[in-house]
Amino acid sequence: MAAPLLDVDGLSLEFRTRSGVVKALEDVSFQVAKGEILGLVGESGSGKSVSAYAAMGILDAAGCVTAGAIRYDGMAVTGAPEREVAKLRGREMAMIFQSPRTALNPIRTVGDQIGDVLRRHGGATRQTARARAVEALAQVRIPDPARRARAYPFELSGGMCQRVCIAMALACRPKLLICDEPTTGLDVTTQAAIMALIVELCRERGMGALLITHDLHLAAETCDRIAVMHAGHVVETGAAADLFAQPRHPYTASLIAATPAAGRTLDAIGAIPGNLPDLRAALPPCRYRARCPRALGVCDADPLPPLGSGHGVRCHNPLGCNPMGEEATVDHAAA
Amino acid sequence: MAASRLGIVARRVGGAIPSLVGVVVVTFVLTRSLPGDPAVYFAGLMADAESIAATRARLGLDRTWIEQFVSYVERLFAGDWGVSLQTGRPVLTELSQRLPASLELTLAGLLFAIGVAVPLGVLAATRPNSWVDHLCRVVVTAGVSLPTFFTGLFLVYLFYFLAGVAPSPLGRLDFIYFSPPHVTGFYTIDTALAGDWWTFRGALAQLVLPALTLGLFALAPIARMTRASMLAALSADFVRTATAMGLSRRKVLWTYAFGNAFLPVLTTLGMVFSFLLGANVLVERVFSWPGVGSFAIDALVASDYAAVQGFVLAMALLFVAVNLLIDVIYTLVDPRVGLEG
Repeated sequence: MAAPLLDVDGLSLEFRTRSGVVKALEDVSFQVAKGEILGLVGESGSGKSVSAYAAMGILDAAGCVTAGAIRYDGMAVTGAPEREVAKLRGREMAMIFQSPRTALNPIRTVGDQIGDVLRRHGGATRQTARARAVEALAQVRIPDPARRARAYPFELSGGMCQRVCIAMALACRPKLLICDEPTTGLDVTTQAAIMALIVELCRERGMGALLITHDLHLAAETCDRIAVMHAGHVVETGAAADLFAQPRHPYTASLIAATPAAGRTLDAIGAIPGNLPDLRAALPPCRYRARCPRALGVCDADPLPPLGSGHGVRCHNPLGCNPMGEEATVDHAAA
Repeated sequence: MAASRLGIVARRVGGAIPSLVGVVVVTFVLTRSLPGDPAVYFAGLMADAESIAATRARLGLDRTWIEQFVSYVERLFAGDWGVSLQTGRPVLTELSQRLPASLELTLAGLLFAIGVAVPLGVLAATRPNSWVDHLCRVVVTAGVSLPTFFTGLFLVYLFYFLAGVAPSPLGRLDFIYFSPPHVTGFYTIDTALAGDWWTFRGALAQLVLPALTLGLFALAPIARMTRASMLAALSADFVRTATAMGLSRRKVLWTYAFGNAFLPVLTTLGMVFSFLLGANVLVERVFSWPGVGSFAIDALVASDYAAVQGFVLAMALLFVAVNLLIDVIYTLVDPRVGLEG
């Protein structure tokens, strides 16, 4: 594989808050290659969004990178001056967010908001910005784009607002698109349409994408590769098909077992016991230790094994090939 | 879009009419229910029952309230707001001559307050817990806790008595100047229009201390609201989006964050302007400013009912006008306004 577009390498990150230091990310590594869609999955609070914000350089001021690096196309993002990183945003990498209605400025027409981005990066002038904004809206399949460009966000539906956000993100043809739960808060048919649009545009333009979601079905359908996060660790990574067919980390297996599907009753859905550990407290090497049914003595003592390449897992006792000789008992049907 | 906005503005203006009717009714009822019998007062010290009755009939006070109200409204529209007892001149003339002085002072104070408070609030919000933020907190606390008559006297003591840099606090122009030709009634504007820069400087020098006094009072609520709404806007999702799209810091700060933070500040400005009209009464006294406030105090002390009534009515009309103006600006700035209503 050539040098990845986005390379998050051993990233550790803390938030210094009034109630203590939150160790939000520890030794997080993942890569997005050109034209590849990487899914970042995990429950709420596992550090998916924080990783993305760090990559965009838009972390809250309380956030502080303590180790590791993020590189975009070979250029260091962490530690680079804000001026340099700001040049990448919108032009090289762009981001869309959840709740698209509040993600847009309520008192500015969507055309003007797209125009702002085009004038900043795309070399548009005051005169050409409007026409190019209409063009950008047309590219995300918004009907009657000239009229929509004059609309305010409150006059549009949630799905339409997300299309506007996508148009804005893609207006300057970035090479990397980060989608932070782009379909949360949209109804199911709109979700499907938005995801289809994102995938189509990525394939069409050869764009790399990082898709953050807690919807495993969505990840399985759209992503080339998956990275599973739990409590600030990447616990497993691999090609989407492999990972869902043969999960190796107990957490991944439990997540898959906990996914609702047609024909599955509530009883058949396995809830994961316990909660995410308190990231402010002292933590064991494996942050899944307290919830894990396969924990061994070694889990408390030794640091986690490295992720490795291909279908990698950070577990002393992974499913499939394990020292205890037992077979995986977890339901894979969801994949 | 533009046409519908104009329609909304027209509706707002129409919506002010009931307020105006209410104002007229309240002023009427208020003066009728004041203690004391105007007929006795106007008949004079030597009056007997017969002459009091005659005076009552002459003033129309023997008629029903409804009839009195109708004739009151008729006279209002005819421009007859009664005659001031102390000055012997029509109330409307008095008010229209003094109102520009008060307005000039109030607006100068408000402009000063906006000029200081808005940048201060924005800076405090963008740099939380920096020295600017602490300064903002000190100014806000001082502004709400210092009464205007004290600030006024203190400034006079400091800049006129001790430092000697300010002119004597006696009205709008020192006696060595001639009043400018009347155009707007605002001395600073009229002198500038006449090109009389010498008098302009004189008028401005007189204006500085009282405007500062009012401004310091108005600073606090504006700075506090600017800081709070700016903080809220900066943590809003759309500011995060704008940052993630790589827009410049200035664009994010002003067009995106401040554009939205401005709306609650605008509402506060309307309220502050109303406060200032009230605070004016004391400040005009301290600086011998020939405005409507000092006129009203004198009228109140002398039981000059027509003058008080005229003052209350004029202030109420001004309140309605200011609120209407704020409403209209709001409608023009915020596209969401008027769709629910």
